Amino acid sequence: MWPFIKKEFFHIFRDIRSMVILFGMPVAQVLLFGFAITTDIKDVPIAILDHSKDHVTREITSKLLSSGYFKLESNLKSNDGIGNSFKRGSVKEVIVFEDNFAKKLEKEGSANVQLILDASEPNTATMINAYTTGIINTHTMQMMKTAGKIPMSIITESKMLYNPELKSVYMFVPGVITIILMLVSTMMTSISITREKEMGTMEALLVSPLKPIQIILGKVIPYILLSFINLIVILLMARFVFGMPIQGNVVLLLLESIMFIVMALALGILISAVSKSQQQAMLLSMFGLLLPTIMLSGFIFPVENMPYILQLISHVMPSKWFIIIVKAIMLKGVGIAYFWKETLIIFGTTIFLIAMSVKKFKLRLE
Amino acid sequence: MNKEENIIVVENLVKKFGNFVANDNLNFEVKKGEIFGFLGANGAGKTTAIKILSGLSKPTSGKAIVAGFDVSRETDEVKKNIGYMSQRFSLYDDLTVKENFRFYGGIYRLSNKEIREKTEFMLNKLGMTDYRDMLLKKIPLGWKQKLAFSVAGMHDPAVVFLDEPTGGVDPITRRQFWEMIYEKADEGTTVFVTTHYMDEAEYCQRVSIMAEGRIEALDTPAMLKKQFGVKTMDEVFVKIARV
Repeated sequence: MWPFIKKEFFHIFRDIRSMVILFGMPVAQVLLFGFAITTDIKDVPIAILDHSKDHVTREITSKLLSSGYFKLESNLKSNDGIGNSFKRGSVKEVIVFEDNFAKKLEKEGSANVQLILDASEPNTATMINAYTTGIINTHTMQMMKTAGKIPMSIITESKMLYNPELKSVYMFVPGVITIILMLVSTMMTSISITREKEMGTMEALLVSPLKPIQIILGKVIPYILLSFINLIVILLMARFVFGMPIQGNVVLLLLESIMFIVMALALGILISAVSKSQQQAMLLSMFGLLLPTIMLSGFIFPVENMPYILQLISHVMPSKWFIIIVKAIMLKGVGIAYFWKETLIIFGTTIFLIAMSVKKFKLRLE
Repeated sequence: MNKEENIIVVENLVKKFGNFVANDNLNFEVKKGEIFGFLGANGAGKTTAIKILSGLSKPTSGKAIVAGFDVSRETDEVKKNIGYMSQRFSLYDDLTVKENFRFYGGIYRLSNKEIREKTEFMLNKLGMTDYRDMLLKKIPLGWKQKLAFSVAGMHDPAVVFLDEPTGGVDPITRRQFWEMIYEKADEGTTVFVTTHYMDEAEYCQRVSIMAEGRIEALDTPAMLKKQFGVKTMDEVFVKIARV
């Protein structure tokens, strides 16, 4: 089998396209997600419509603006300005204080502040909302304390665990690992196997004394190695370029990743068994796998915000479970006891896919 | 070894796919060192038969012995003793000539020394020693084909199966290719070849013609022409294929 593996490396190293996908992509993706695409809240443009203009609203306003998260774009005079500001896209949030804010707060113990958000980017909106609420609550609580009164309403205090600065790199690294492993393992193997079919070399391999299992292993082992190298590179970059810690057990993380890689490879073999050409294999892995992985795994869009149907579909995505595992190990630093269910799901999927692809492969021989 | 020894023996071979009978009771023998032409229109069942003989597919009933081994029970042994080359050459475009030899030598378990010696010997014979480090995609079609044939015979198999080996090649190269086939057969290797070129059928020592899953004719080209009362193999073929 050694000559087979060596030959496979020749194929990979001589093909510029493969090399770019294998080594350029992971680095580019991590850098892109880490530096360029960021969901960190910083200097968000806001407008304020203050109907009350008393000492309390002024204090809250200055608290908000001095936090560093918000930047005052304009002070609105009336309700009419709200719509226009959003349409122009110049602000992401408008904060409206009602009339007699301070008086109501003192007399009735509560006053209303309205937060209007541009939710065309739901994630950002949710985050801005949380930040604003947080700042206002903190301030209200301080006021109550100094006034010596017991708060009348329950004040929620949010604390961001595991990623206290809400760095988006922390969120993206597990996703990028998943996508790269999927891409390298599933797409590259399925393409390289269908290429042998297309070129006619598969026939020659099948009539040779090599057993089918040796052919598959010979195809797959190089990609296991390369996926693994990629994983290490991404982890090192996350650690040393972005300062992302790995709280949990590195060995456990690597073992879980190997399991995921094997699953992705089995999927690649299955795809190659059903596709007739390299293009078909590529399309199947791209649109059938990669896009759903990105969209439904919770990597970019939170699964909780999706329609129920999509949430159901997302359960079938092994990548979703893998991302949960990676986050649990890297950010929470917990052990297998906390994600044995997810591990079991991926393990089951792996067994299922291997069985399926072996069956398909045999069928084709008949 | 006896030149009259049978390398391929097929007895009552039947292959069915559901209700469709692809090979209907085939019976024939091929001798050591013989060049055996295996003809038939597309869909006549040639490919199915070759797949069975090369151990890729199991017969529904009947028996086939290749190089002394039963194809349905001793598949591994059969595979070690046959060589195979198809129209698509089975060589890798992104490997060099030498690397292709190394790879196939490797999967047929030849030692490094054997691979080196064979590679040198065959490149010398083809006059291609200067091209050993060239990527295969830069080499002209006719040469690739000769290389593929050399690779298929590298491990000294008892039989070489050639599945339409000369498709898309110019007449001169085809001629040279057939000279290689003769040389190989003289060394005692059985050559089992399918083709659509009837002039090539004339080069074979014996020819079988299949139609609708059955072998309709099997003899030397001269005898076949006599039997059907025609002048060329072309006419023999058309008469049988039309039935």
